[in-house]
Amino acid sequence: MKTDNRTDIQADLTIIGTGMAGLSAALFALDQGLSVVLTGKTSSIHFATGLMDLLGVYPPGYQWDNPFAAIDRIRKEVPEHPYAAISNEDIDKALGRVQQFLGAQGLPHRRKRSRNVDIITSMGTLKKSHLIPLSMWRGVAVLEKRLPTLLVDFTGLKIYSARQIVSALGSNWKGLRDATIQFPGMELMEEVFPEHMARSLDVATNVEILARKVLPLIKDAKAVGFPALLGMYVSCKTIRTLERLLGVTVFEIPTPPVSVPGIRLQELFLKGLQKNDALLSLPEMVKRVESFSNGKYRITAGESGTLKRIESKGVILATGRFLGKGLTAERTGIRESLMGLPVVQPKGRDKWHNIHLFDPLGHPVNRSGLQVDRMFRPLTETSMPFSPGLFAAGSILAHCDWTRLKCGSGVAIATAHAAVRAFCKRYK
Amino acid sequence: MPFGSASTTLSSLCPPGHVGYMKTGGEKVETEVLIIGGGVTGTGIARDLALRGIASILVEKSDINAGASGGNHGLLHSGARYVSNDMESAKECMEEGRILKQTAPHCIDDCGGMFVALEGDDENYVADFPGFCEKSGLACHFLSPEEARELEPELSSKLIAACAVADAAVDPFMLSLENMAHAKQLGAKLFCHTRAVKFILGRHGIETVLLEDTRSGRTMKVHPRVVINAGGAWAGYIAAMAGASLHILCSMGTLLVTQSRITSGVINRLRPPSDADILVPGGTVSIIGTTSRRVDDPDFIAPTVAETDHIVSQGAQMIPLLEKVRYIRAYSGVRPLVGSEDRAADDRNVSRGFTLVDHGETGVDNFITITGGKLTTFRLMAEKATDMACGKLGNKNSCLTRTEALPSTMEGKWTEPGLAPKRWMAKPHGETDKLLCECEMISEKTIDDIACELKKNNEIPDLLNIGKRSRLGKGPCQGSFCSVRVLAHMYDKGALSGTHGIDDIKAFLNERWKGQLPIFWGAQLIQAELTEAMHCGFFDLELAGDHENR
Repeated sequence: MKTDNRTDIQADLTIIGTGMAGLSAALFALDQGLSVVLTGKTSSIHFATGLMDLLGVYPPGYQWDNPFAAIDRIRKEVPEHPYAAISNEDIDKALGRVQQFLGAQGLPHRRKRSRNVDIITSMGTLKKSHLIPLSMWRGVAVLEKRLPTLLVDFTGLKIYSARQIVSALGSNWKGLRDATIQFPGMELMEEVFPEHMARSLDVATNVEILARKVLPLIKDAKAVGFPALLGMYVSCKTIRTLERLLGVTVFEIPTPPVSVPGIRLQELFLKGLQKNDALLSLPEMVKRVESFSNGKYRITAGESGTLKRIESKGVILATGRFLGKGLTAERTGIRESLMGLPVVQPKGRDKWHNIHLFDPLGHPVNRSGLQVDRMFRPLTETSMPFSPGLFAAGSILAHCDWTRLKCGSGVAIATAHAAVRAFCKRYK
Repeated sequence: MPFGSASTTLSSLCPPGHVGYMKTGGEKVETEVLIIGGGVTGTGIARDLALRGIASILVEKSDINAGASGGNHGLLHSGARYVSNDMESAKECMEEGRILKQTAPHCIDDCGGMFVALEGDDENYVADFPGFCEKSGLACHFLSPEEARELEPELSSKLIAACAVADAAVDPFMLSLENMAHAKQLGAKLFCHTRAVKFILGRHGIETVLLEDTRSGRTMKVHPRVVINAGGAWAGYIAAMAGASLHILCSMGTLLVTQSRITSGVINRLRPPSDADILVPGGTVSIIGTTSRRVDDPDFIAPTVAETDHIVSQGAQMIPLLEKVRYIRAYSGVRPLVGSEDRAADDRNVSRGFTLVDHGETGVDNFITITGGKLTTFRLMAEKATDMACGKLGNKNSCLTRTEALPSTMEGKWTEPGLAPKRWMAKPHGETDKLLCECEMISEKTIDDIACELKKNNEIPDLLNIGKRSRLGKGPCQGSFCSVRVLAHMYDKGALSGTHGIDDIKAFLNERWKGQLPIFWGAQLIQAELTEAMHCGFFDLELAGDHENR
């Protein structure tokens, strides 16, 4: 067909996937002055808590205060782990750049140099993480010092119970209390949703009404913790206003998905990238990737009838795992969904999972994924690059069980950085 | 899919302060009949005895229907399955099916059934089938493949013959719970998590039975006039405590549950019994199975990946859609077969008739064993065992379960698919009642009712216990979201405190996990990944509860 050969868009680099790895890759590529097409319809980033782990656990069950020391050990003992091909300096630099960029978009983050910190989760567990949204960062010191604190929740909010957190943590935190109030303007609603509440708190008068409701409950508390829904686009301002009106430290506690911090991250990250004219954001599913003898790639995206074709010198695959649809699990085996790239995987489905869900060793299926070379190019069964300009980044990479090692965001950002750098080295 | 029913604890049998410790001698508890085993037969016996005015205590080492009574298709056989090789069983099924449809209609979905043959199936068997049915006095009529596919559009296009029969689907959990609820109304007592650990024999039989609460380790003694062993696959172990030898063959069968209901009626393969040849609707789902594998120990059974794959590919011959559907659970049960010798052939060819043993013949006068058989004939098995017990007790009352309707007490109601949603949809305008489990549509008020029942029975209203008494977490989300919501709700109500919720959610999710291991592919694997992302990636639950690592 004639139209089949038409190319709609030209770019240096096409990035497939709009999760943490895809967004970060776009940022690093734009930093290098490349023209970039960012494709992908949805991503599982709105499931994210907003906390950015670097490395928390290794070997199984052993937690680290210093993530870089842990990475040093991984590099020695698990040479296949994606971190092993990247220096600590580069990992730190990549993370720092994302932090700086998000700060400029009104989503500031904080971290301690080479340190993980403890964060309260809505389950009442304490979780170690590294790069923390400022809204949650304020809770770190509150937790450390066990300051007298009030945890607030809202009638009709099903996924969050302040009382549960207080009950779980109260035994060694004497001044921890809880209170349940009705969310201003939603008093008549049976059920309230974090996303609606967050958008409502982007409006200054609503913040004032909320503060008036909370003020009499504060008493001796030096801090107030809310579920993470204090504003969507202007959360920093919302929190500052609350602190001024309440006269105490205000912080957020991350909630299960769909979580407001995940939505903030996705929307503000993308919005920030779109300020750069060298980026074209194409919110479509990629259907096909073809490579040509001239070294170029043609990427076809969208629904039939409105198909878009992109021609670029390189492609970064950041399509994620099963939830992100980068990998497909069939009864007979795991395959890479888009191009059928070889997937490193356990032999046979009976070896995918251990008997216990919470086995600290983690499940072998979570270490399956793409095997890459030191330039982050997926390899064939014979350990040759599948295609010279095809790179991969993020959770689709093999040998990294992010839920157990606590390295999800760190791997996404660091490998995106490394993949962009490898692309530049080749084409610049 | 075992779940429990309301049961009392051991100590409640005794007055306060006398909790029946063995060391202190315990209280002397007397009863007419002690029934061991809380499956459908044991609970059926408790009801039969109660209707004849005989007091009984039922002890179950695990929970109601934890054995084969819970690990089966939920098929009320028309009898057609057995016409070719076990005419006795076929006739029993036919008669018992008729009785149950009259006396316990609320436990039965009288959906009808079909036997279907496909290209390549043994045509002689197909040709002989009507004759076999006729010989057994069983009604069946042939349908053309077109007629059959009109009734059941998911049937394979390779259909060559179809025959309609009077199969039905039965909820074995509701059956046992209702049997027990009725028996309890009439004075029977139930103790779950209670194991008979020792028989103390006297001159004429069992004088004392030593019981142990499997959770607290507490023991007590019961002095029954008659002991009935309804231990199913475990009957051999129980008989051995009385020095009796009973050879039970354990034949494990695996079944898969689909996310939605595929056919309106039961579909059987028209061939000699083999693997994955029966598909039974179970409310909103369908169940395909089984396999048959000899196992040594009924306590250690689990479905494997290989069995799962085999069931899918075999089942898909009848219903091609089974190759594509989403499965939400896999489980196994053990058929207790009473065999005189090990046969090399398929265990399904061993008679599915039941065995009633009077151990008086070997000197233990007051001991009876009833085992073998099948779900469909449980009432008859209970009747025969109760008749024998009555003989020993000198009770002349006759069996009433043949005609007496099984009352609908609704004790097991929240395990029924569709009931919780119905309640939520019917809530009056203006009344608030939030859904906590969105897959199975279980609302706050339903959870509160279950929690209230649990508290009445001195049990903690946590996820693990609520899950056993409802469909919580049994939908496609595997409990990853509803567990968080229900936990938050229970804390808000003040029903849970401290870090109990952390151990509880881990145990609850692990239960859901184990039932899905062999079916993790496609959408179900995506869901598993999300479960791990939330509960390990975010909550760090794999690190929680073990504070030495922190």
